[in-house]
Amino acid sequence: MREVAIIGVGMTRFGELWNQSLRDIFTEAALKAIDDAGVDHIDSMYIGSMSPGLYVGQEHIGSMLADYLGVTPVPASRVESACASGSVALRQAIFEVASGYSDIVLAGGVEKMNDGEDTTYILATAADQEYEAYFGVTFPGLYAMIARAHMHRYGTTGEQLAAVAVKNHANGYRNPNAQFRMKITKETVLNSTMVADPLHLFDCSPVTDGGAAAIVVPLEMADKLKGQPVKIIATAQASDTIALHSRSDLTTVSSIGKAAEKAYKMAGLTPDKIDLAEVHDCFTIAEICAYEELGFAEKGKGGAAAESGLTALDGKIPVNTSGGLKSKGHPVGATGIAQIAEIVAQLRGEAGERQVKNARIGLTQNMGGSGGSCTVHILEAM
Amino acid sequence: MKSIVPRYTREIPQRARLEGAKCLKCGHIEFPPRLVCSKCRHREFETISLQKTGTLLTYTIIYTPAETFSMQSPFAVGIVELDDGVRLTTQIVDVPLDELKIGKRVEMIFRLVQKEGHAGILEYGYKAVLTN
Ligand SMILES: [Zn+2]
Repeated sequence: MREVAIIGVGMTRFGELWNQSLRDIFTEAALKAIDDAGVDHIDSMYIGSMSPGLYVGQEHIGSMLADYLGVTPVPASRVESACASGSVALRQAIFEVASGYSDIVLAGGVEKMNDGEDTTYILATAADQEYEAYFGVTFPGLYAMIARAHMHRYGTTGEQLAAVAVKNHANGYRNPNAQFRMKITKETVLNSTMVADPLHLFDCSPVTDGGAAAIVVPLEMADKLKGQPVKIIATAQASDTIALHSRSDLTTVSSIGKAAEKAYKMAGLTPDKIDLAEVHDCFTIAEICAYEELGFAEKGKGGAAAESGLTALDGKIPVNTSGGLKSKGHPVGATGIAQIAEIVAQLRGEAGERQVKNARIGLTQNMGGSGGSCTVHILEAM
Repeated sequence: MKSIVPRYTREIPQRARLEGAKCLKCGHIEFPPRLVCSKCRHREFETISLQKTGTLLTYTIIYTPAETFSMQSPFAVGIVELDDGVRLTTQIVDVPLDELKIGKRVEMIFRLVQKEGHAGILEYGYKAVLTN
């Protein structure tokens, strides 16, 4: 297998993009990544998208997006793994380049969530339709049940959950691409509308339109191209049961740990070597579970870690410097690639006001549904 | 969501009668029934009726439901472990929401769950009520 690098990244602004269609959003992100990389063609492309069929009634978006990017007849396929679709698309690009089958592969992600469909229903299709959603549980409801179990066993508090949102908004305030660029306080979170008890509106990531893309090439080719390369030193993925209720431990998302274990082994690293991370904070409790499963905090201490400043921009291990899903926004299929774009910017030293000093090794963690799928990637500066 | 009647009727043994599948090799109970045992990968099962009582492991109160459930909001949903070890997701009904607690004992009952689609097909299944 060849070693691979990311040579270019691009993303749209995240938010309510009323004047941009799904195809425009993707194409804008893809063109930015292609320009950033300085490549004159691509050999193939994978697009992560959770539910264009339900959101805008469009399937077969591999063809449509290759068409609108002007790259037909290159192979173009959509990859779906709910909210992990983007990073799973990236894995296909990595494998295709590593194997030697192709040299320049685009991995993108896109979601158009604001065209009017019932997003609560659509997001719940990532859960078990017949035995979870049928009985009325929502996607926030599943994470609310994890949060309640975590609070019950470990004494985690609503204030600790709120600390995650406060930190991520402080970071997103510094990110020009973020959907919600405003600082908030714990009171903002705790006084906001209840969505699924104990999760308030400000514990939840928003409904977002957006796209992101990355260009994957063999490491040996990277020197000849314009973009500053970042090396991919681990890609890992794990699955778990579709229904939350089937899992032995309801206080966590075990697939994060399973994917992380494989990724750390592949990179030959321990968690203390990670300089910064983008994790899947679809809900504040999810970021707390991620701290514990990724080895940034002991099991049960994730809430305290959030409150301690450990993961703040100036903390020991900054997490979600982009603003995370909470502040930057969560166009589900694009999220996994947008996380990569942030880590690449940080490792290149291009993250502006939110630059982490001496960032050499960055991690991304992206998951689908209540954790039925999860990926972890580790990237190294060159 | 629009779907046809067979999609509903094929789930009736599980949702209406709480039928599970007990693995003939390791004794693990699958709910709903499946073709391969998730513990030992054996493929032969016997149909059994699940216990109707259990314990609440965690729960939430849904304030922002999907459109199908908007008339019921707010409502409680939880994960229950039945006394035979089977876990399921269910609404918890007929209880003041502030009386819910992890560890409470529950009993499964048969109720209307949702009215599906524009035709408003009545769809039934299990819900939980507190027993103490
Ligand atoms: Zn078995």
